[in-house]
Amino acid sequence: MNTSTKRLLMLSPMLMAFALGLFLYKGIGQDPTKLESSLIGKLLPQFNGETLASPSRSVTQADMLGEPALVNVWATWCPTCRAEHEFLNRIAEQDKVRIFGVNYHDQRPAAQQWLQELGDPYVFSVFDPNGALGIELGVVGAPETYLIDAQGRVIDKLVGELNERTWPPLRSQYLRLIEEAN
Amino acid sequence: MIKTGLVSIVFCLMSWVLPMAHADIKAYEFAEPEMAQRFVDLTQVLRCPKCQNQNLADSDSIIAKDLRGQVQKLINTGQSDRQITEFMVQRYGDFILYDPPFNKATLVLWLGPFGMLLIGLWALWFFGRKTQNQGAMLTPLEQQQLDQLLADNQTPGRD
Repeated sequence: MNTSTKRLLMLSPMLMAFALGLFLYKGIGQDPTKLESSLIGKLLPQFNGETLASPSRSVTQADMLGEPALVNVWATWCPTCRAEHEFLNRIAEQDKVRIFGVNYHDQRPAAQQWLQELGDPYVFSVFDPNGALGIELGVVGAPETYLIDAQGRVIDKLVGELNERTWPPLRSQYLRLIEEAN
Repeated sequence: MIKTGLVSIVFCLMSWVLPMAHADIKAYEFAEPEMAQRFVDLTQVLRCPKCQNQNLADSDSIIAKDLRGQVQKLINTGQSDRQITEFMVQRYGDFILYDPPFNKATLVLWLGPFGMLLIGLWALWFFGRKTQNQGAMLTPLEQQQLDQLLADNQTPGRD
């Protein structure tokens, strides 16, 4: 055995320790609350619900198709939803982004009043008082925002507040989908 | 003094809260008693997706309550444990399982310790072998010189 291979062998435990260190270091910055979504790449689940505005108006996933859109899970008890609401109003009005709401674990009068007071960025909101649609979507908490294409395929998902910082990555995908759809 | 007081308060609170967590499970009704046991087992091994380290049985979050209800519903509609687990994984990913499955993402987790063991065994063998061989590493010339030196050293009255 010549010296250079011997030296390499002597060094190998150190190299392996270094590789392990790199692997573990990569994990340090990761947010453990950030979960991979198993819905990404799949079609929206089938559901049959009623809108927040009217108990008699029934809606299904088919009512969300046709154009790329956002599906935003919100509730009046959720402070972050309050924080992002103005931003949702803005992109719905200025950028003409189609947003569908899922009113999650909420009470109808309180939720209706909230939209009256703060403005309604949604095409419609599905009323989901017991979280049944939430389970189908894999919702963990509010707010969550899903980007779907015209066929209802889930392209991306944001857990947490939609704002100037978190919107751009979704926006570029949204614009690409719009381009593809036309 | 304050510390002891605090500890006793915490213990009082715990003794009050812990039995409540168990009482909660009794609120779920099942067609057969065997199903109740399955419910207890499943909610122990399924993790609450909102929490970092609590199972469905343990957590009071909205999502954990919803999912307990879902587990109950699925059991009562005759789904097997495996079907229920698959239902949860489809929606919440592998995170919901406390027992991580063997796949690409968990490869290092499962095989890492064995890899470490192999590296350790190899290092033992490698460095152990080297020390054993050291005596035999001399060339015939070196051996001759060594013998000479030893012989010289044994000659009395040489200084």
